[in-house]
Amino acid sequence: MRLAVGGREASVYTGGKALDTTLPAIVFVHGAMHDHSVWTLLARWFAHHGHAVLAVDLPGHSGSEGPALASVEALADWLLALLDAAGVAQAALVGHSMGSLIALEVAAQSPERVSRLVMIATAYPMAVSKALFDAAERDPHVAIDSVNAFSHSTLAGKPSHPGPGSWLHGGNRALMRRMQAGAEGNLFLDDFRVCDRYRGGLEAAARVACPATLILGESDQMTSPKQTADLAAALRADVKRLPSGHAVMTEAPELVLAALRQALSPTAIA
Amino acid sequence: MPGYSDPGFDTLALHAGAAPDAATGARAVPIHLTTSFVFESSEHAASLFNMERSGHVYSRISNPTNAVLEERVAALEGGAGSIATASGQAALHLAIATIAAAGSHIVASSALYGGSHNLLHYTLARFGIATTFVRPGDVDGWRDAIRPETKLFFGETLGNPGLDVLDIPTLAALAHEHDLPLLVDSTFTTPWLMRPFDHGADLLYHSATKFLSGHGTVIGGVLVDSGRFDWAAATGRTGRFKELTEAYDGFHGMVFSDESTVGAFLLRARREGLRDFGASMSPHTAWLILQGIETLPLRMARHVENTRKVVAFLAGHERVARVGYPELDSHPDHALAKRLLPRGCGSVFSFDLQGSREQGRAFIESLKIFSHLANVGDCRSLVIHPASTTHFRMDDAALARSGIGPGTIRLSIGLEDADDLIDDLKRALKAAAKA
Repeated sequence: MRLAVGGREASVYTGGKALDTTLPAIVFVHGAMHDHSVWTLLARWFAHHGHAVLAVDLPGHSGSEGPALASVEALADWLLALLDAAGVAQAALVGHSMGSLIALEVAAQSPERVSRLVMIATAYPMAVSKALFDAAERDPHVAIDSVNAFSHSTLAGKPSHPGPGSWLHGGNRALMRRMQAGAEGNLFLDDFRVCDRYRGGLEAAARVACPATLILGESDQMTSPKQTADLAAALRADVKRLPSGHAVMTEAPELVLAALRQALSPTAIA
Repeated sequence: MPGYSDPGFDTLALHAGAAPDAATGARAVPIHLTTSFVFESSEHAASLFNMERSGHVYSRISNPTNAVLEERVAALEGGAGSIATASGQAALHLAIATIAAAGSHIVASSALYGGSHNLLHYTLARFGIATTFVRPGDVDGWRDAIRPETKLFFGETLGNPGLDVLDIPTLAALAHEHDLPLLVDSTFTTPWLMRPFDHGADLLYHSATKFLSGHGTVIGGVLVDSGRFDWAAATGRTGRFKELTEAYDGFHGMVFSDESTVGAFLLRARREGLRDFGASMSPHTAWLILQGIETLPLRMARHVENTRKVVAFLAGHERVARVGYPELDSHPDHALAKRLLPRGCGSVFSFDLQGSREQGRAFIESLKIFSHLANVGDCRSLVIHPASTTHFRMDDAALARSGIGPGTIRLSIGLEDADDLIDDLKRALKAAAKA
């Protein structure tokens, strides 16, 4: 589905079904150097189980027109404008990594529009090392390879994503390279600066009114579970730890589905 | 920057795609010889069929043992994923059938394995898919052959029979300039000698029957996608690949490029190609190929080491008119081989005996270690005399057009002691001289 958001075209994957805004809505927000396709299985499952699903491509990523936006706050404004454009009054927000910060900021800015908040593979602060920025300045492909290796905890993520026979390391590297190649500038720097510069996380968490869940990878080397205690406390969040690295949706798709079904069920209470 | 990277080739050859079995603790990859997999519930079944969840349904479409092989080969090639097929020919057919249909056109190297040439020139033509064959080094010829309906560039990393080295960087750049993917047959080189995706190729396949398996025991193929070719962008500019970018009625109206930004090709190949054409691999075969891949780095190094010794012997023998191996200065693609194949040019090559067809036959029949058969890439050394076997219906003029002389012999060098191989060849050369 394509929408006009802030005068620019945005692309939204709706899980293989036309969007029906009379159904409870779920918005999936991808992380740095990714697009909607990291959510394919989850988006399809929820779209075929009674939900209106919007897995967005953030500006400057895949199908959504650029340029990429420079801050979590700007991306939160964009996401709210996208909900307006789609005719969605209220939604559950599910974000991964950088996308989890965007979801958090939306839930803080407009609590009335967010029914649930799920932050996957998150941390606050989401600091990025100078070495990684330096590498990305010199050669984004080197930085991508490094992030790709740090993002995975296994050489055998089963049953794989989007299906058997997919090599997760190779698929993720190809996706990140595609995002970089399709961007107007150095998207790697843009996205990781968004993560690194976000300062309002705990204040935002204190303003969140809806039930919140953190889904963390026990072996996450990008956003360590150890860096979530303050965030979890501020959100009064239910915390679920899965045997996975940072690439939780692709390394453990079945476990993430089970965790999300629980987090998004009508009976989930903060 | 300092930091992590993916494991090295030898580690991936042993571990990629496999972990100790969760149910039993088995360290080696189990062989899942089962046609089908029990659903947890009706809802689980529906979600697997509708690609809402990942998992196995029926072994024609996917199987846990095959998945290990698929992930391992993709890892070794630097790809996003792969599909195991019944043979290398099935892999080539699957690649083409996923994006081509009646009215489509392919530009292919003229230096191809005979089976691939048959498929393109005769069989696919019967189904309305035309092919223009171009000499692999004729870049202008590749460019001139492109038509609006062209879907694919196709060649072999090392062409048959003369070991023409495919200039992958140049042809990939030309293909991409015209919004076309480059598919290569990587059978002769394996990822240990060359990773075509590193040079710009978009798709590749192996006859896993050969070096990947390495033991001459099974027939199989693997089709690998780099995940690099942007099917949606290319279709936006040329309208070429609507099979991947428009709703497919045969799978719930799925738009494959929406489902997976980098895996659209493999999704359609599996969800349509394996489902409907059905050229899938037995899990037992997948397991045997995995056994081979575990020692691929060791075997390829020895294949190349032995080949260099045999090539050096033959190149200095008075009864040998020509040795066609790209590491020799005399080979037309020597410079390209040094650039693209620094680890070696494989272990399959041909040479010309001085003499008649009869002398060629006598040479073959005098060999004791080399086995006379129609295969390559075995751990045992193999030999064939094209003029008296695969091409026996051709006269000398027709043979010459195929780059084959009456005394041309093709060898596939195995893992025996190189001295024994050379002694065997010495004996046979003497016998041929007396014939």
